[in-house]
Amino acid sequence: MLGRRRWVKAIVALGVSALGLFACTPKDAPQKEGAGKDPSAPAAAEPWKVGAYLSLSGAETQFGIETKEGIELAVDEVNKKGGVKGRPVKVFYEDNKSNPQETNNKVLQLVTRDKVVALLGEVASSRSTIGGIVANKHKIPMITSSATAPEVTQIGPFVFRVCFTDDTQGQMGAEFVVKTMGKKRIGILYASDDVYSSGLATQFRDAAKKLGGEIVVEKSFIKTETNFTTYINEIRDAKPELVYAPIYYNAMVPIARQAKAAGMPGSMFVGGDGWDAETLLQDAGEEMEGAYFTNHYAPDVPWPNAQAFLKAYKERFKRDPSSLSSLGYDSAQLLFDAMGRAKGDTPESIRDAIAETKNFAGATGTITIDPNRNADKSIVIVQIKNKKFTYFAAVNDKAQKP
Amino acid sequence: MAMKILNALITGLAQGSMIALVALGYTMVYGILKLINFAHSEVFMMGAFIGFFAITALGGKDAPVLAGVGGTLAAMAFAGLLGMIVERIAYAPLRTRGKGKANTRVTPLVTALGMSVLLQNLAQLLFTAQYRGYPQLLPIEDTRKVIFIAAFSVMSALWFVVHKTWMGKAMRALSVNIEAARLMGIRTSRVISITFITGSVLAALGAVLYCLDQSQVYPTMGVVIGNRAFVAAVIGGIGSIPGAMLGGLLIGIIGEMTKLTAYSGLQDVLVFTALIAVLLVKPTGLLGKASIEKV
Repeated sequence: MLGRRRWVKAIVALGVSALGLFACTPKDAPQKEGAGKDPSAPAAAEPWKVGAYLSLSGAETQFGIETKEGIELAVDEVNKKGGVKGRPVKVFYEDNKSNPQETNNKVLQLVTRDKVVALLGEVASSRSTIGGIVANKHKIPMITSSATAPEVTQIGPFVFRVCFTDDTQGQMGAEFVVKTMGKKRIGILYASDDVYSSGLATQFRDAAKKLGGEIVVEKSFIKTETNFTTYINEIRDAKPELVYAPIYYNAMVPIARQAKAAGMPGSMFVGGDGWDAETLLQDAGEEMEGAYFTNHYAPDVPWPNAQAFLKAYKERFKRDPSSLSSLGYDSAQLLFDAMGRAKGDTPESIRDAIAETKNFAGATGTITIDPNRNADKSIVIVQIKNKKFTYFAAVNDKAQKP
Repeated sequence: MAMKILNALITGLAQGSMIALVALGYTMVYGILKLINFAHSEVFMMGAFIGFFAITALGGKDAPVLAGVGGTLAAMAFAGLLGMIVERIAYAPLRTRGKGKANTRVTPLVTALGMSVLLQNLAQLLFTAQYRGYPQLLPIEDTRKVIFIAAFSVMSALWFVVHKTWMGKAMRALSVNIEAARLMGIRTSRVISITFITGSVLAALGAVLYCLDQSQVYPTMGVVIGNRAFVAAVIGGIGSIPGAMLGGLLIGIIGEMTKLTAYSGLQDVLVFTALIAVLLVKPTGLLGKASIEKV
C-alpha cells in the first residue's frame, strides 16, 4: 500500500514539476534579470538553495544522521558569517530511506521541484551513484561526502567527492605497512563477495608487492561468515608479521575475538575506514588493542581546522564527531567556498569553481580537487588505544599542509 | 597438515552440531505436515535477540553461569511460544479451512515465506538493524566444548522423546498418516503444536550457542544459518531426525574443509554442489526413506 502511495506521489510530483518547468521558464528568466535592477526587490536576501539527500531512516540511519549534523554545523557557520556572497544558505534535506528507488525520486524532487543549485550526499557509494546520475543529467553539481567507490565520480563532470577513494586507501595502507612500519611478511584477510573489501585487498596487494612486501598468506571469506577459527589458524601458521583486514566492523568483532583465542593479538591487524564505528570498540575494544587502520579523520588529529570543528561540534551535539560528520561538514564547507568563488550563480559556474578547488582547508585535511573530481588529501592512520580511536600519523603528505 | 585438518574437523563438528540443532526444526515439521517452515530461521533469530537481552539483564560477564543458563532458558521459552503462535496464526487456519481443496501444499508454503519476511521486518522495527555483540561469558575454546556437549545431549534427549514416549509415538504416527492418526484418537493439533514448540526451542538453543561462540545478533542473521540448516535437513533426508543431525555435521565439516583450500570464498558453491551430488545419487537424501506418495 505504502509503495503505491509513494508511486502516486512521485508521479504527481513529476507531473507538477514538469508543468512548472513549462509554465515558469519564460517568466522566470526576465524576473531574475530584473531582480538585479529593481532596488526594492528582496533578491539580495533570497537564500541559496542547496539539496541534501541522505539516509535519515532505514538501514543506514546512523550514517545519514551523522552526516546531516556535519552539514548543519557548516550551514550555521556560514550563515553566521553572513552567508555566501551576502545571501544566506538554505539546505533542503530529503530522506531516501536508505533505499535506491527512493534516492532517485528524492534527487529528482530536489532538482526539479526545489530547483537547488547544488547537491550534497550520499553516505553510501551505491546511492551516491544513483544520485550522481540524476545530478549529472540535470547539470547540477553534486558533492558526496563519503562515497569511496572509484566509479562514483566517473559518472560525469558534475559529480565530486571530498573523501579519498578505495583505490587510494588500499595503496596508502600498503605504504603505511611496508614503508612506515617496515613489515615485509604480510597476510591478507577479506570478504570475497564484498566490493569494498575485495577492492581494497586488490589495491593493497599490488601496492605492497611493488614496495617490496611479500604476501605470505591470503584468505577470503563470504560476507555472512561468522566462524573464522580455521582462517585464523591458517593465517597464524603462515607466520605473517601483520595482517591486512579491510573488512567492515561487524565482521571484525568475531574475527578479533577468535584471533585472540588463537593467540593472534589485535595489534597484528591493519584495516580500513570500515572499522570506524563505536560498536567495534564496545564489543572488541580489548581484543583490538594496538591495531591500526586508515581513516578520514580521528577525534584527536592535530590540525587546527579539525580541532576547531571538533570544538564546535562538541558544543552543539555534546559528543565526539565521527568521520561521517566531519566529511559531511567538509562537503558543505567546500561547496560554500566554491559558491563564493564562482563567477556566476548558476549551477554550471558553481561546478567550475568546485573543480578549481585547491588546498581547501577542511576538518579532514587539506583538500585539492584533482582532474578526476576526486579529493587529493591526506589519509589519517588511527590506532586503537585503551578502547579509543587515537591519531597516529598521516600519510600522503603532498597534500598535507596543515 | 594432519594437525590442520584435525583442527578444522573439530571446529567443523562444533559448527555442524549447531546447524543440526536448527535443521531438526525444519525436518520435524516437514515430517509431520510436509511443510517447509521458512519462518523457522526467524524464530532462530528472535531466540538470539531474547537470549541477548536476557543475558545482559542477568548481569552478562559478571555472572556468567547465571546469565548463560538463564539467558538460554529464556530464549528457549520465548522461541517455543513464538513457534506455537506462528503455527496457530499462520498455518493452522489454512490447514482446517483448506482441507480437501486443491493447492493445500502451496498455500502454507507461501504463508511460511510471508511469516519469515514479517518476523524479519518486525525485528528490524523493534530492535533496529544494528549489530549487537553478545558479552563473552566463556573463553572461545570452552564455549565450543559447551556447544558440542549441549547439542549432543539435547539431540539424544530428542531421540529418546521421539522413540520412547507416547508423544513421540504420536508424532511418528502423524508423519505416517495424519488422517489415520486422527481416527485413532490422537489429538493432532496438539501434537503439531508440540512439534513446532520442540523445533523452536532447539533453534533458540542453537541461536544462543551460536552467538556466544561467534556471531553478533541482527535481524537478518536467520537467513545465513537457516539456509545452511535447510540444506542440511535435505541432504540428510528431510523428515528424518538422525538425517538432520548427520546433514548438519556434514555441512559443518564441508564448510570448514573448504576454508583450508584457496577457494574459501566459494564456500557456498561447494556446499550446494555437495547437496546436488547427494541428491543425484540418492534423491531422498542420505537417511531419507522413500515413501509412496499418498493421495
